[in-house]
Amino acid sequence: MDIADSFAELAIPQQSTRAGIYHYDAYDRAFLQERIAEFRGQVERRLAGALTEDEFKPLRLMNGLYLQLHAYMLRCAVPYGILSSQQMRQFAHVARTYDRGYGHFTTRQNLQFNWIKLVEAPDALAALAEADLHAIQTSGNCIRNVTTDEYAGAAADESVDPRVYAEILRQWSTLHPEFSFLPRKFKIAITGAAVDRAAIQVHDIGLAVKRDAEGRIGFEVWVGGGLGRVPVIGNKIRDWLGEDDFLAYMEAVLRVYNALGGRENIHKARIKILLRDVGPAKFTEMVEREFSWIPKEKFRIDPEVIAAIRAHFDPPPFAVLPNAAATLAQQVAANAAFAAWVEHNTHPHKQPGYVSAVISLKPIGGVPGDASADQMDAVADLADRYSFDEVRVSHIQNLVLPHVRQDELFEVWQALATLDLATPNIGTVTDIIACPGLDYCSLANARAIPVAQNLSERFRSLERQYDIGQLFLNISGCINACGHHHVAHIGILGVDKKGEEFYQITLGGSATNDAAIGDIVGAALSYDKVVDAVETIIQTYLGLRTSAAEKFIDAYRRVGMAPFKDALYAVA
Amino acid sequence: MPLLESGQPVADRFTAVADDAVLPDAPALIPLARIASVDAGRNAELGVQVTSSTAPEAIAPYLDRVTLVAIEFPKFRDGRGFTIARTLRERYGYTGEIRAVGHLLPDQYSHALRCGFTSAVVPDGADLAPWRAALQVVTLAYQPDVTGSDPLDGLRRHRRYG
Repeated sequence: MDIADSFAELAIPQQSTRAGIYHYDAYDRAFLQERIAEFRGQVERRLAGALTEDEFKPLRLMNGLYLQLHAYMLRCAVPYGILSSQQMRQFAHVARTYDRGYGHFTTRQNLQFNWIKLVEAPDALAALAEADLHAIQTSGNCIRNVTTDEYAGAAADESVDPRVYAEILRQWSTLHPEFSFLPRKFKIAITGAAVDRAAIQVHDIGLAVKRDAEGRIGFEVWVGGGLGRVPVIGNKIRDWLGEDDFLAYMEAVLRVYNALGGRENIHKARIKILLRDVGPAKFTEMVEREFSWIPKEKFRIDPEVIAAIRAHFDPPPFAVLPNAAATLAQQVAANAAFAAWVEHNTHPHKQPGYVSAVISLKPIGGVPGDASADQMDAVADLADRYSFDEVRVSHIQNLVLPHVRQDELFEVWQALATLDLATPNIGTVTDIIACPGLDYCSLANARAIPVAQNLSERFRSLERQYDIGQLFLNISGCINACGHHHVAHIGILGVDKKGEEFYQITLGGSATNDAAIGDIVGAALSYDKVVDAVETIIQTYLGLRTSAAEKFIDAYRRVGMAPFKDALYAVA
Repeated sequence: MPLLESGQPVADRFTAVADDAVLPDAPALIPLARIASVDAGRNAELGVQVTSSTAPEAIAPYLDRVTLVAIEFPKFRDGRGFTIARTLRERYGYTGEIRAVGHLLPDQYSHALRCGFTSAVVPDGADLAPWRAALQVVTLAYQPDVTGSDPLDGLRRHRRYG
């Protein structure tokens, strides 16, 4: 009797069928229960002394449980950033029951709870599982939660829906028998749109799914990008990888890495170091050689399997609507605040009459990415009412209602405004990415959150934010770069100098199609100088831009570092 | 030290033989480096022990002469052994015993079996209960493995019922 067959009759999704999320079937649920039972057993063995802390650590990490400065932190997976409203409510429930009533959305599209007790962790996981949520492989030296474009399946500029392949990767990488004890963590990102919103060039593997002239689906494969202490843009090792060979090729890359990646020094263990050491050409050759003898048929995903998974992501039952340009234009004309929000917090949708709406988790002076349980519940209600039960998490640490009717956008905005979730600052200087930093994290050298809050306060004027224009400002509290400071237009890195917090500033980074690692301006500055320094950099930009249309990043690329450095380090 | 197969202790018919000791006319486990100097006409079974940094290509020439490959896990976090075992099975079609020796946790036992290991040496006095339990804890899997049994191939279940 085939185990998979025995689940066939139970395969009716129990969740709302409206949301375009991957609905767990009985197989997924049974797997999750097994995994929770396993972890419960591991916690018991640890508490009984049968596992040393050294042995227990990787096991708990693979279940998302970190030991932080003040408590355990549980990093819950939001697979490729997609949540049903029911799942969002379950996060709210866990926040209230096992944490302090809030959670933190991360740059990897996950949600972290910062105040978890070890003895309650299995119960928290069991509660998450009630909504098909888990914390599997959100940490540890394994293949992490796959990330993608927050507008996947909705964006007007998308050619192939990346969610299908993100889900295949999720299943393939879950408790992979060969690749669960890698030299180091391994992150995969995938995009299917013209504009890369998944930062594929700074991931261990970055994938761009696309179609060829005949309409066949394939992938561009980037390998060896990453941030951390050795920031590097990945190398494209394949311009075209056919859908049939998708998993076989992933196996080949991972196998080369597992066999040859550094294991002596934790700081030289990522695949980017292996690629740098052997060189891109040799590395590519090693992958292709491994790929040449992998049994392709074994890893070929049958077209029916892909079709079945794609069916999970069928478009929701959109109404047939014209674009509501006229209605919107009237509302925009009548209400300046709404106009600003529409301009900054919406993204074009592929379905006429619809739009994606971004919920800013960056209120002025707030903690980037934090949401209270009440806000989570409220967002879930809005998703039910206006977005086919669906919510997205962006790697910029905001939320998205992916499918909003244009003629209902005004109502959505009004509702968000009453929840303090309508800050119209997406893509502006106050839409700051920040890691938890020294307020929570045991790895951090410096605080990130208060720096973000102070900057947000300094640039609170919307008029000023809009005058400055698009500007990505990211803050990391240590060299591990969870705040993605290397790929920000203005990056801020916290460092420790003899027990004092200092901050190094970089300029000119980018995480999208024109990915670049920012350049260090000069000596690190003390905590109380950071906000003024950013002010100086921005004033310098405003003074030298050719027109308001020249973005910060473009101006920087035109003039280079010198004017900024001169302004920042001019003898006072 | 107990040798486990399918979670149960079994007798170990192999004797580990040091580099310079005389090979007995009985199943013997030797370091890989020594096999090149072993008489090709030897009748008794031969096994080779390899470190986790051994390339499968270095083992391949001898696979038709051995019935056991023992792969060392210097530290349980060192997952290279999984790749070695899997490569011996999938690329070289090796069908003999593959044994895990060294620091392996019960929590990795089913990973090991799915990569092609058939046996594991556990420390003297180890509680065998977690090893037995490990085979029943997580029984479902999503990806193809060397066992080749379709039931473990969770991804393909979608073919049946979407």
